[in-house]
Amino acid sequence: MQDRMIARAKELLADGTVNRVMGWQKGEFTYDITPAVFHTAEELDRDFVCNDFAAANVSKYLVKESRKEGRILAFLKPCDSYSFAQLMKEHRVLRENVYIIGIPSWGKTDFEKIKARGLSGIKNIKDNGADYFVETVYGDEVTVPKYEVMLDRCKDCKSKKIVVYDELLEEPNGDVIENHRFDEVARLEAMTPDERFAFWRNELSRCIRCNACRNVCPACTCEKCVFDNRDSGVENKAAADSFEENMFHIIRAFHVAGRCTDCGECSRVCPQHIPLHLLNRKFIKDMNELYGDYQAGADPDTRPPMTDFRFDDCEPSVVYERGGAK
Amino acid sequence: MTYYKLPVSGLDALFARVAEQQTLYIPTDKDGHAVFAAYEAGMTLSKKLNTDRSAKDFFFPQTENLYDIKMKGKQLTVEDTREECADFTVFGVKGCDARSFAILDKVFLADPVDTYYKNRREHGTIVSLACNRPEETCFCRAFGIDAGDPEGDATAWRIGDEMYFAARTEKGEAFLAFVKDLLTETDGTMVESLKKAVAYIMDQLPLGNTSFEGMKQTDLMTHFQNEKWAGLSESCLGCGTCTFVCPTCQCYDIREFDTGKGVKKFRCWDSCMYSDFTLMAHGNSRNSQLERFRQRFMHKLVYFPNNNGGEFGCVGCGRCLAKCPIQTNIVKVEKALEVRSDD
Repeated sequence: MQDRMIARAKELLADGTVNRVMGWQKGEFTYDITPAVFHTAEELDRDFVCNDFAAANVSKYLVKESRKEGRILAFLKPCDSYSFAQLMKEHRVLRENVYIIGIPSWGKTDFEKIKARGLSGIKNIKDNGADYFVETVYGDEVTVPKYEVMLDRCKDCKSKKIVVYDELLEEPNGDVIENHRFDEVARLEAMTPDERFAFWRNELSRCIRCNACRNVCPACTCEKCVFDNRDSGVENKAAADSFEENMFHIIRAFHVAGRCTDCGECSRVCPQHIPLHLLNRKFIKDMNELYGDYQAGADPDTRPPMTDFRFDDCEPSVVYERGGAK
Repeated sequence: MTYYKLPVSGLDALFARVAEQQTLYIPTDKDGHAVFAAYEAGMTLSKKLNTDRSAKDFFFPQTENLYDIKMKGKQLTVEDTREECADFTVFGVKGCDARSFAILDKVFLADPVDTYYKNRREHGTIVSLACNRPEETCFCRAFGIDAGDPEGDATAWRIGDEMYFAARTEKGEAFLAFVKDLLTETDGTMVESLKKAVAYIMDQLPLGNTSFEGMKQTDLMTHFQNEKWAGLSESCLGCGTCTFVCPTCQCYDIREFDTGKGVKKFRCWDSCMYSDFTLMAHGNSRNSQLERFRQRFMHKLVYFPNNNGGEFGCVGCGRCLAKCPIQTNIVKVEKALEVRSDD
């Protein structure tokens, strides 16, 4: 797939359709891949990579990139395309300045899961299609099936469909798929309020307030975040009390409600392994139940439930009926 | 150096003994990740190579109260909230983190001395633990650190079913003296062979022989004006992950918290990656992510060594390599900037 991507990118650079390419750059190891912009065929040949470790969602970069001179080629995975469509809906990207090639994604790899198998000092990771062959300096030579080390968000994948594109790398387009992404939310809902409170306090107590979740989030594109504004009264680089970082995450989840496409970047990048996506999924699940099924980013036009008043909207009291007052 | 040994099965007794007298912190697994925690009976030493967060919190915590201002009517009183901290011991600090304290000392113990830091530093005893299985992200050797022979007040080595100990400072002697009846005196043969084994592994690791010395062949302004910063910083998210997991990042901010009845003056970690870092009345001196990104690496690789006899502000722990959301890090930056002899 990578070779076809590079070949097509070179063609589009050569015929002037685009003047640069948004993609992923090789690192020191097989797995440390960085989103990058490529300007020439030579750069593409030397550094462009798209393997199963290229997990970063590049759509947010296009907010800025689409405002630069000339058109940029972007390779979007299905989940990236949802983020992009949502950004179009919010008028945050200039669609005409981005040439999109949709690329399929079977599911990306979580290298921490490879390491969690006790594999350290990794010398080489060979991609054998359905599995990896990992060699370490300690003499381990282990075959690891890819599905066992897939990112959690990919195991819960909601859709293989690319929702916005100029061309597809592979026909036909994928479909929205059945998934179990709300199972974990249902498990939390089944807890008593005290248990749930204890769960979140424990998870959120690890927060170091690095803002990686916010900064990577394609729904967080405010020019200036309230948490960066010292006049707001809530700006703090560190928590003034132990509840504050909890509030940061809850407020952020509220702010992206109805706009979060569930791309899962927040949990993927968290250095403290906080399952932040569960907060967003709770909102998605609630909106589905209260206002009918809705998927943010599924198209660039539909009004999101939170900004679309209808006379048949459910009454707030329905929350009490669902047990919210207990 | 005098060496002592103890069967690994005797560690619980040693920990319990120390914890009776003062707070003892050890790396232990919580929710599947290694963290430093105050020792309690039944707690086990993590088998992971290192903790997710560095050990700098013990001396330079993420937030700390500096003083309070209380208001009664129109009367304002300033209260020193500092407390003479109690003695504590940290066991299991790895070579990289153990060196980070020497780097932090150069900042906080230089004139004017940071008394908050000094207080904790004086009361803390560091018992380091040699690495047995360094990772591909490790490059401590670039800074003259021997993962098999870490610094500290005392050092521990785990070799098979035995723990070996040796003291390096008075505090370390005191630590060993306190648990001496649990230990047996021995020679350093086993420790020497572990050091050799670790050195051999470092040679095999992809970054084991990384060198940063090439950075010194170019002057400050050439580095500052290097056109590669644009590409290097292009996809930086501007988050604080690298800064906050880094054992040597030492920048902080001082802020006030309005309690309604007064003010709490507190200090917290800051990150040069943040848009309001060093914000002044006139505005910010670094308005683009390129400038902020450059600041972080110039500080560690150019400014700090220029001011500290050539010592880099990095210990090669590899946390930024493992944690950066976009996998950019100090090794990639160094490789892009250094002048190689074949250039």
